[in-house]
Amino acid sequence: MAPADSKANQEAHWAATTRLMWTHLALWLFFGYIVHFFVKQLNAITIPVLQFPLGFYMAAQGSLIAFVVMLFFFAKQQDKIDRDHGYAED
Amino acid sequence: MAQTAAQATFYKQLGRMYGTYTGTFLAFIILLAILEYMGVPNRVIGYLFVFFTIAVYAIIGVMTRTAEVSEYYVAGRRVPAFYNGMATGADWMSAASFVGMAGTLFLLGYDGLAWVLGWTGGYVLVSVLIGPYLRKFGAYTVPDFMSFRFGGNFARFLAVIVLVACSFTYVTAQIFGTGIIASRFLGIQFEVAVFVGLVGILLCSMLGGMRAVTWTQIAQYIVLIVAYLIPIVWLSARKYGVPLPQLTYGTALAEIAAREQQMVKDGLAVLCTAASCPAGSLKPHISPFLTYAPHNFFGIIACMMVGTASLPHILMRYFTTPTVREARQSVAWSLFFIFLLYFSAPAYAAFSKLEVYTNIIGRPVGEIRPWMFTWGELGLIQVCGKNAASLAAVVDACKAVANHPGVVRLQDFVINTDVIVLSTPEIAGLPYVISGLVAAGGLAAALSTADGLLLAIANALSHDVYYKMLQPMKTNNRNITIGIIGAVILFVLWYFMTGAGPLGVQWRWWGIGAFIAIFAVAYPFLQKANDTERRLIIARILLLLVAIASAATASTRPGDILAMVGWAFSLAMAGNFPALVLGIWWKRATTAGAIAGIIAGFGLCIFYLVTTRYFPQAGVDYFGMTSMKNAVTGANLVDITKPIAATPAQRVGWFDLSNINCGLLGAPLGFLVMIVVSLMTPAPSKELQALVDEVRKPRGKTIMEEKTS
Repeated sequence: MAPADSKANQEAHWAATTRLMWTHLALWLFFGYIVHFFVKQLNAITIPVLQFPLGFYMAAQGSLIAFVVMLFFFAKQQDKIDRDHGYAED
Repeated sequence: MAQTAAQATFYKQLGRMYGTYTGTFLAFIILLAILEYMGVPNRVIGYLFVFFTIAVYAIIGVMTRTAEVSEYYVAGRRVPAFYNGMATGADWMSAASFVGMAGTLFLLGYDGLAWVLGWTGGYVLVSVLIGPYLRKFGAYTVPDFMSFRFGGNFARFLAVIVLVACSFTYVTAQIFGTGIIASRFLGIQFEVAVFVGLVGILLCSMLGGMRAVTWTQIAQYIVLIVAYLIPIVWLSARKYGVPLPQLTYGTALAEIAAREQQMVKDGLAVLCTAASCPAGSLKPHISPFLTYAPHNFFGIIACMMVGTASLPHILMRYFTTPTVREARQSVAWSLFFIFLLYFSAPAYAAFSKLEVYTNIIGRPVGEIRPWMFTWGELGLIQVCGKNAASLAAVVDACKAVANHPGVVRLQDFVINTDVIVLSTPEIAGLPYVISGLVAAGGLAAALSTADGLLLAIANALSHDVYYKMLQPMKTNNRNITIGIIGAVILFVLWYFMTGAGPLGVQWRWWGIGAFIAIFAVAYPFLQKANDTERRLIIARILLLLVAIASAATASTRPGDILAMVGWAFSLAMAGNFPALVLGIWWKRATTAGAIAGIIAGFGLCIFYLVTTRYFPQAGVDYFGMTSMKNAVTGANLVDITKPIAATPAQRVGWFDLSNINCGLLGAPLGFLVMIVVSLMTPAPSKELQALVDEVRKPRGKTIMEEKTS
């Protein structure tokens, strides 16, 4: 049973939402930038069979896949937070 | 989620409708293929493709016409997440994404991936920071939110300026794109093609606003993704026996790398090194930072991503979902549908590059492959400095080059980025029907983006400027203001549209004539209309005016405007991002803070763009700008002690920062100013803070409804 709409509940909901926001921004920073700082080192590694250099692969596909997956997860996680605090839509 | 029975039926109907549509479209392709086999000429096939698809969009546009305000502005907030994702995909992917992106990757190799990353990762910010909250707020437009959160019409007005600044150049480029594609494939004169495209766009959007645009964009997405994937899947299946180009192009990359080394060894190419990297030298495909220095590479990624999350025509797509939850899911679907195209673009680039490196470079000049001549005639492929229009032209051109070895070298070969996608069907030896399909796909991409942008501009003008700002004025003041705006528009038409138009009449008179004619036709309707009707009539008039204005601009082939499209992202980032994010995430943000922040951030970005592009000398003399540097060698591009002329390519700036990245200057300044000024002014009222709390909770009515009811 979700808690009633109190000030404390509201703050707890927002604290959880903010935490989730920072988690996803950190992941975004990692896949959007940090991996690509190491492109030269990663390019030395070749993905077996497919023959992609890893640094190139991350920018062309790897990070993109990560973003898509993150967004589906985010939608689920935020919805759970909303439900737990009784703020989800019916 | 508890779906109502009505909703469930609606979803099922949608599925059946678009399923049938996709099936019919595939059948249509097969039918045309049979016609081609039976000897119907290519041109007829091209015409059939383009007219059939445009007719379908127009039919959808007319069928979804509406007379309700919420249908017109936000499609009645009934668009399911999955379909809204497709519509956003079409809204997002422009002519440049469809036709140009693969070409950019071809030319730049790894560095081009900055655009792929930048134009996808921004959706994370949309979903996490902004989109769902704007949906809960219940705005019709982005300026609507600014006005609510930052008390009043000044913030609204600034937001309208930002919106128009970043959308108008963008939409002009789309209409230009429709003109190019239509003229190239249908052989219509470019200026005429622009207006044919315009009619296509207006048929989709004028009668039904957002509702019509949504349902046509879904249809357009299906056409564009099928058109983008078929040639490359086919090519991959033929070359590697696996119809998954996104996986098989790894092998192509390895072959390209081997071939690059061979070319350097055989003297067919000069390697770009830190010591010297002349134009036309070989930049290995997978090596990073040979075109953009690392700070500009990551700058592009940042500006495109944050710009995505600030572009009004994208944000407003998430106003149309039934719930906040679906807004979030819809962002995920959007990125998925966009991803399908963007992760295929590098495959196009790799396959084309391999073809060029193995079958063009190193071949005797006399044995050049004939597929090039079609594009050479149009001036899109050059060999030895001349258009490769025919074998004789190429042979002659290369003979004229001093010490030419008689085989094509890398530095002899210049290709326009648009050719990569458009020529792939021919390179792969596919029937013409596939080329026609690609043209239809490119048109779908350009039309759908133009629809979304036009609607964003026209809605801001009709909803924000007219309905929220002019309507509430006293009659007398309103008439004066409308009079002044009309006079300014007439002056702009008269002053800027100087080119010669059709029938020997200058464009300015066409423009002024159209302007007056539209009002003459609309006036009697406006007189007898009730409030709702008047609102929608005005929305449509404005849509028409903006559309004509951008088509007229596009028909003059404005080189500058096309180059400025990338600027839209930085402008949106600098102008909108701080105010949107802080407006939602920081209750302490005040009106004065937001206004100061928008002006400072947007102002700085514009200043940097205009100075570096048009007044480089003043930038050096008064603002301490220095020469931009070559990304590989670090050499200065200009000697700043000598006079510097303004050129399209940027040559001076601060910190070697490319001007497309001006958002990196503007947005941080915007945040800083907004925070400092907010802290210096009294906190927003308790009521407003409570409303911000409401925006943060998905449950409950939208804020706009609560306020108006």
